[in-house]
Amino acid sequence: MSTYRVLPGPEHFLPPAAASMGIRLPNPGEAHIHGVIVPEEQAYEEAARQFLMAKVPTIFPGPLVLWAWNEKAAKKATAVRHLFETLKECVQPGQKPMLIPMPDYRPKYPKINPEIEINPNHPNLTIWHNKIDCCMFVGVHCHQANLSLKIIRGGTSCYTIAMCAQAGHEDAMLSFRDASVDKIMKLAETIKRLKGTVEPRLSAAKSH
Amino acid sequence: MSKERIKISEALYDIMPTDYQDLVKSATYGKEDRGWKDIGTAKELIEQHSLCAGCPESMAFRYIMASLPNPEDTVMVGSTGCTSLVFPMVAVHNIHSLFGNQNAIASGLKRALSVRFPGRIKDVVVLAGDGATVDIGLDMTLQSWFRQEKFTTICFDNELYANTGGQESGLMQKGFVAKMAPVGKQFEKVRLPEIARESGCHYVVQCTVSKPSLVEKVVKNAVYVAREIGPTYLQLYTPCILEIGKNSMEGLQEMRDSEKPTERFAYKEFVSEPAKQLLAEIAAKEKERKAAAKQLTGQAQA
Repeated sequence: MSTYRVLPGPEHFLPPAAASMGIRLPNPGEAHIHGVIVPEEQAYEEAARQFLMAKVPTIFPGPLVLWAWNEKAAKKATAVRHLFETLKECVQPGQKPMLIPMPDYRPKYPKINPEIEINPNHPNLTIWHNKIDCCMFVGVHCHQANLSLKIIRGGTSCYTIAMCAQAGHEDAMLSFRDASVDKIMKLAETIKRLKGTVEPRLSAAKSH
Repeated sequence: MSKERIKISEALYDIMPTDYQDLVKSATYGKEDRGWKDIGTAKELIEQHSLCAGCPESMAFRYIMASLPNPEDTVMVGSTGCTSLVFPMVAVHNIHSLFGNQNAIASGLKRALSVRFPGRIKDVVVLAGDGATVDIGLDMTLQSWFRQEKFTTICFDNELYANTGGQESGLMQKGFVAKMAPVGKQFEKVRLPEIARESGCHYVVQCTVSKPSLVEKVVKNAVYVAREIGPTYLQLYTPCILEIGKNSMEGLQEMRDSEKPTERFAYKEFVSEPAKQLLAEIAAKEKERKAAAKQLTGQAQA
């Protein structure tokens, strides 16, 4: 088993692909945290904790949920919205949850507006600009998600979560697989359950 | 077809950047008689570009985007060059191929699309510069025409390699001295329209982009003929104002000067017999459609 761990960066200019470091993807019913395979239940708890701890917990919905290609996509979008609303209800004053779309994958040089969107070719701009310290990708096609997750790990200290509809992402610090409406709703429930039990980094920093 | 295929999820509509909301609300996808006159009134499929101020290529891009008869089912194939700086800003599917490979990519793409979507019209349009079309990619360009591949090839002819500093290209005019070709071109401009005709293209036009209505007409004709009959080729003069020593506002005049009957970009058109017949049929149907629409409007007003 690999000793490499997928941790928040910055891991500098060329972070290795986690797969090349021996990190493998979870099987159905499992997830991974930092590259270690864990039961899915554990991942819900950890993802919720990371969101509740972050100063700027952010959800990045991608084209697969932003555009209503089919009924399923529209339902997932509703679930993502519910997750965001739950997060807003559960954070403490001083924390600033955000919902920033990734409408498509065009390399929009040099016009990216980091306040209102994220682009997979330079996701670090949106993360730096909004001081995002924890983010979740949902509805982003695999290769674009991998690209973005690597760039984020390379150049920022942001904690990355992937709510992946396929087999998961090695390059995220925490990855679910087979994402569905139910799984997104379950993450929202977990956040609600853990509300008030996790100390945000913001207040922790102030108390030191 | 059309806008029904590009809906934003209601739950996330409010977070979508305005550009995308506008594209869904007021773009011309699915509009039967879309054309250059929609520019400025409808949401354009290209609004921003990263080309130089006053670049005729940017005008050409706008006119072509406004004229595609079926943009939601069109895939454009581009190549390295100034055009590749614009494609990321275009709201039509596009592929950036390796330099010169564009017609080979388009051949495979067109065939794959016809297998994957047998009941749906899918247009493929190649848009590349003269270096990609005539020099480095000439093999791929010609072979696709020999094979009678059903797609349109558009060449933005600026008569040199513009974004690498002004090297000589096959379409450069004889005697022209460029920044990176100080001796001057030693031989004649390649006569690609004639070569295209002899290679099997059914609709060939050479013109400038000084007249948007003309660009609309030839783009539509080229796409219709390619869809039904076989390869088509458009060679559009889009001078690089920087490389020929002009100012931003002089591009249009340069094109007007170059399209005079005795000049090298005088309008040139070759149409095969089957293409002539098809275009006549389309024109007749279009006339009928417009007459019917006019009648309906008249009735509604009465």
